[in-house]
Amino acid sequence: MKKRYGLLMSMVLAAGTLLSACGSDESDSGSGDKKEDGFKVAMVTDTGGVDDKSFNQSAWEGLQEFGKENDLEEKKGYNYLQSENQSDYRPNLNSLVRQNFDLIYGIGFLMQEDIQKVAEQQKEAQFALVDSVAVDADGKPLENVASITFKEHQGSFLVGLVAGLQSKSNKIGFIGGVESELISKFENGFKAGVLTANPDAEVTVQYAGDFNDASKGATIASALYGQGVDVIYHAAGGTGSGVFTEAINRKKNGEDVWVIGVDRDQFEEGIYDKGNNKSVTLTSMVKRVDTAVFEVSTQTKEGNFPGGQIVEFGLEENGVGIAPTEDNVSEESLEMVREYKEKIVSGEVEVPKTAEEFETFKSEK
Amino acid sequence: MGLLQILEIIIPTAIFAAAPLILTALGGVFSERSGVVNIGLEGLMMMGAFIGAVFTFYGETWGLGGASPWFSFLVAILIGAVFSLLHAVASISFRADQVVSGVALNFLAAGLTIFLVKKIFDAGQTPYLNERIFKSDIPFLFDIPIIGPLLFGDAYITSYLAVALAFVVWFIVFKTPFGLRLRAVGEHPMAADTMGINVAKMRYVAVMLSGAFAGLGGAVYATSISGNFTHSTIAGQGFMALAAMIFGKWHPLGALGAALFFGFAQSLSITGQQIPLLKEIPHVILLISPYVLTILALAGFVGRADAPKAIGKPYEKGKR
Repeated sequence: MKKRYGLLMSMVLAAGTLLSACGSDESDSGSGDKKEDGFKVAMVTDTGGVDDKSFNQSAWEGLQEFGKENDLEEKKGYNYLQSENQSDYRPNLNSLVRQNFDLIYGIGFLMQEDIQKVAEQQKEAQFALVDSVAVDADGKPLENVASITFKEHQGSFLVGLVAGLQSKSNKIGFIGGVESELISKFENGFKAGVLTANPDAEVTVQYAGDFNDASKGATIASALYGQGVDVIYHAAGGTGSGVFTEAINRKKNGEDVWVIGVDRDQFEEGIYDKGNNKSVTLTSMVKRVDTAVFEVSTQTKEGNFPGGQIVEFGLEENGVGIAPTEDNVSEESLEMVREYKEKIVSGEVEVPKTAEEFETFKSEK
Repeated sequence: MGLLQILEIIIPTAIFAAAPLILTALGGVFSERSGVVNIGLEGLMMMGAFIGAVFTFYGETWGLGGASPWFSFLVAILIGAVFSLLHAVASISFRADQVVSGVALNFLAAGLTIFLVKKIFDAGQTPYLNERIFKSDIPFLFDIPIIGPLLFGDAYITSYLAVALAFVVWFIVFKTPFGLRLRAVGEHPMAADTMGINVAKMRYVAVMLSGAFAGLGGAVYATSISGNFTHSTIAGQGFMALAAMIFGKWHPLGALGAALFFGFAQSLSITGQQIPLLKEIPHVILLISPYVLTILALAGFVGRADAPKAIGKPYEKGKR
């Protein structure tokens, strides 16, 4: 008897879940009327969180600006959902779809697979993926996803110039998070910049295999600095904070070492003497995710959703560049950065993205 | 690159990464020697890292200057001990399953710390700390030829504190009446009880000590390595400490050796890419080497590990 009740109970529960799913579908289709009372946009952070002092935060700042510009209400008009784990991506994306947001951002290439899955299931919803290109199973771009990418190699080239000019030992380091096509753009652009500014300088490259392990970052930095490297460019997210720790330690002991930050102005992270506002951060390669998010949101609001397209932000669009804090950058370097910025925008200099392109770049030198 | 130079790269980084592990593993020794499994080390460490970052930050604003990390260590020890009481009450007084209660501690710490960070700083992470534990050469010892620069140059003072504490813990556990009682309670609580030892009290003290040590370990990690606290600051170090303790056969000096070995393997895997000869080995092999070395060491050289007899079993008075 008891068992039968149990079965009945689970049937009711199962029916309830199914029906509630239907319910949300219905509200989905009813979203037509809702859209009229305002454009709604939201984003899902990757595991870095919304205040990672990096691209999640930058994206959120872009959304906030967009919200302000269009008099949207926070939470209702624009919102974000935080992901603590990779397994949160899909539920978060789905939950935003259910809440009828008109445009949903997935921040970071780690989210690519999940956004592809959700976009295939929710054909009506519009997505944008930052830092990667969304494709369906056949490798064709998904019609309801706008892929936002950056020309990181161009920005990395500029900081490479600074590193090449300001390194005294002519030994320069690069620390990457996980080996991938994306991080390779940073690496090769940077190497090309160093080569252009200072052909004698040698760049040592090492990957940490992790974006979130500060102690690994510190260990690698220690090994590099220990060999006489005096400028390290990191493209390693949270692992990079260990690089700053190590550099601050060495600076305090009187060694002349520098770090080049990534994604946003990391001057603050490198401060070792608060009173005099001294930092180990030479400069940073900034990626204006906020500009990109703002732009794409505006386009979508105006009815020009770039679905299925790759929207690329480079130097020309102000999507990448060097950090506004220039305390540690010499006049000579700034001059050279300005010069090459023009050359890149005009197409006179083509910055390499991959190892092969770098080799051709090198042989043409 | 000469051999000495290679060692100068590998050894300091090995010692550097090991300190938080050593401290936390020592905490584990206390708890498990008294017969209480403490899976909660990870959570306790997380709590410690959180307290370490928050109180160092406030110490700065309160004008404590360079003493703020040390001040935060004291608070972390205290809070770690108090937080571990949850585990103690559940597993000793209420005789709950010790593994479950430890896991609960981990979940609680993960949620609570991030929640509090959000409340206090209105952000997902604490600000970067200015006053940290910085590297320095250890006076006098640094001047010893060859091994001086290797072992005592450019290092965190907390690493040596951890090594010294390992010896202190060894003395307490094996050379004092308190230590004898602790081990008795973990091996055969009924016999200990008949000899007039208060089993519950001993176990409470042991679990709180483990909380204190793990809290200190976490705070050391936050103030020396990461420089702030985020949800990913402590990601698995507590479990590694637990493994180091078991690897070290529940012995304080064994745990010390195991933690240093982990640090060494980790350091080798990372710095190996800069060292001639090792440079030729594919990157992936270097990255997995810490785990391979650990398995080899566990399987081949360490031999049988004997856990305390009464570990994991709640003690019920008068039950046979």
